[in-house]
Amino acid sequence: MRIFRINLWRTLACAVLLLVVSLSLAANWLAPGGYAKQYREVADAPPSRAHWLGTDEIGRDRFARVLYGTRISLLLAPAAALLSTLMAALVGGLAGYLGGAWSRIAMAVTDLFLSLPWLFLLITVRALMPLNVSPLVSVVVTFLMLGLLGWTSAARVLCATAASVRDSDFVRQTRASGVRGGRLFWMHVLPNLTPVLYAQFWISIPVFILSEANLGILGLGVAEPMPSWGSLLKELEGLVSVGEEPWKFVPLLLLVIVVTSFQFVLSKPDEVAA
Amino acid sequence: MLTRIARHGFALVATVLLGALLSAILVRLAPGFDADEEELDPHLNAQSVQALRQVRLEQHNIFRFYFHSLERAVHGDLGTSISLGQPVTTLLRQRAPLTLRLVSIGLLLSWAVAMGLALSAAGLRVAAYDALTTAISGAFLCIPAAVLALLSVLWNVPGALAIGLIVFPNVYRYARNLLAKAYSLPHIITARAKGVGELRILFWHVVPVVAPQLLAVAGISVSIAVGAAIPVEALCGLPGLGQLAWQAALARDLPLLMNITILVTLVTLLANSSADVIGQMLRGQEA
Repeated sequence: MRIFRINLWRTLACAVLLLVVSLSLAANWLAPGGYAKQYREVADAPPSRAHWLGTDEIGRDRFARVLYGTRISLLLAPAAALLSTLMAALVGGLAGYLGGAWSRIAMAVTDLFLSLPWLFLLITVRALMPLNVSPLVSVVVTFLMLGLLGWTSAARVLCATAASVRDSDFVRQTRASGVRGGRLFWMHVLPNLTPVLYAQFWISIPVFILSEANLGILGLGVAEPMPSWGSLLKELEGLVSVGEEPWKFVPLLLLVIVVTSFQFVLSKPDEVAA
Repeated sequence: MLTRIARHGFALVATVLLGALLSAILVRLAPGFDADEEELDPHLNAQSVQALRQVRLEQHNIFRFYFHSLERAVHGDLGTSISLGQPVTTLLRQRAPLTLRLVSIGLLLSWAVAMGLALSAAGLRVAAYDALTTAISGAFLCIPAAVLALLSVLWNVPGALAIGLIVFPNVYRYARNLLAKAYSLPHIITARAKGVGELRILFWHVVPVVAPQLLAVAGISVSIAVGAAIPVEALCGLPGLGQLAWQAALARDLPLLMNITILVTLVTLLANSSADVIGQMLRGQEA
């Protein structure tokens, strides 16, 4: 019964994620007007038959922006997660495999990055790059930065795992039979890191989604007119009360649902049962 | 123990020096470093402009630039903010107390709520209550910190409480798991079966087991709280270090941003090292 309940929650979470991704991919058909088209005669309008979530202050259809923003956030966060996982595999995996001074140096650098609060690190690196770039470049820069900076905690886990694989009996036996260097790492150590890499990849996605949202609200994320969950949530800044325009909370609701779904997919069976 | 403290001290100094070098490199290589708006001042004559260019030229060598910055930092001069035109030391001195107060109160609140909920969930052992507290903390974990800051503005909630709400789910998640694991240890189950009181079990058997790990979580929570200070201060209009860092980022005021980052790194490292040393002391006593 318990196993059935756990699988039910996970299946439900997977279904929700699939639905949201499908809707965002169908944005071109569901919102043919696009995310940048301005309906100036109905600027800042409440929801209607023509604009399901109303329009923003310059008349852009909010429903279209939510769909396209979801697409950007949900497609690029996994891309950034893939980049960070690959970097973690390279740095952490190699450090754990080589051991000794390599491992100590790599982990010292990792600790230096980890000692910085994540948001401080992000805004510092973002400030180093030009802020007045084109919207498309801002999307690439934001997610590339997340991918390039988000590998540290995964590298620590991978370093420990690679060190234990290196010291395992089968690797010793392989080494004794003459397999060494790169071949030993690529053929025998790396495949055994795959489950950890897979877990780190999935863990990174909601972290990057939330980070992008934080950067977007602070005005350091994806640039206008390109929508993302971060830039859509920036609209909440202008609210006077929560009940005033509840439709403006739809991007937040969607983000919470998606991140919660990821939590359910990733959580251990006992946590789900709780 | 002294060796451990010395090792942490060495790591702190090394990190600050390495962080400063990294900062110097990044500031030096950032686009626009060579551009100086002062040169546009019509009051400056050719000689003054030439002198300014000479100063810039001397900074071209990264290592010279680094050692020069380090030398000035030793004498308490952290440079001048490009965007605000004030000495960085003065700005840090003005802004740090508010951030320190917000982060301290936020941490106290988050720990009080998280430990209260985790202890009650572990003590009551009612599945529905445990699910409810986990759901509450999980919900806060899924909301971006900046949105919590915006909501705190809407509901007129103090900034410290917003920081507390951002830190709370992270502390709760670890505390709940640690306490659940501790309460399932054989000697604690035996003590319960023998009718030992809940408070005695908590303070005599559970706390010694979980204290070192909770201290490690305390170190991490400082880092989370300091990070949360950026959106909270920036969006709630609180003039602390977080807001200063955000303003510096928007204005690309790299010297100011780098100094704040190094200061924050130092604080978080100090918190983590202290937690580690105290945790080791407790483990030593236990052994």
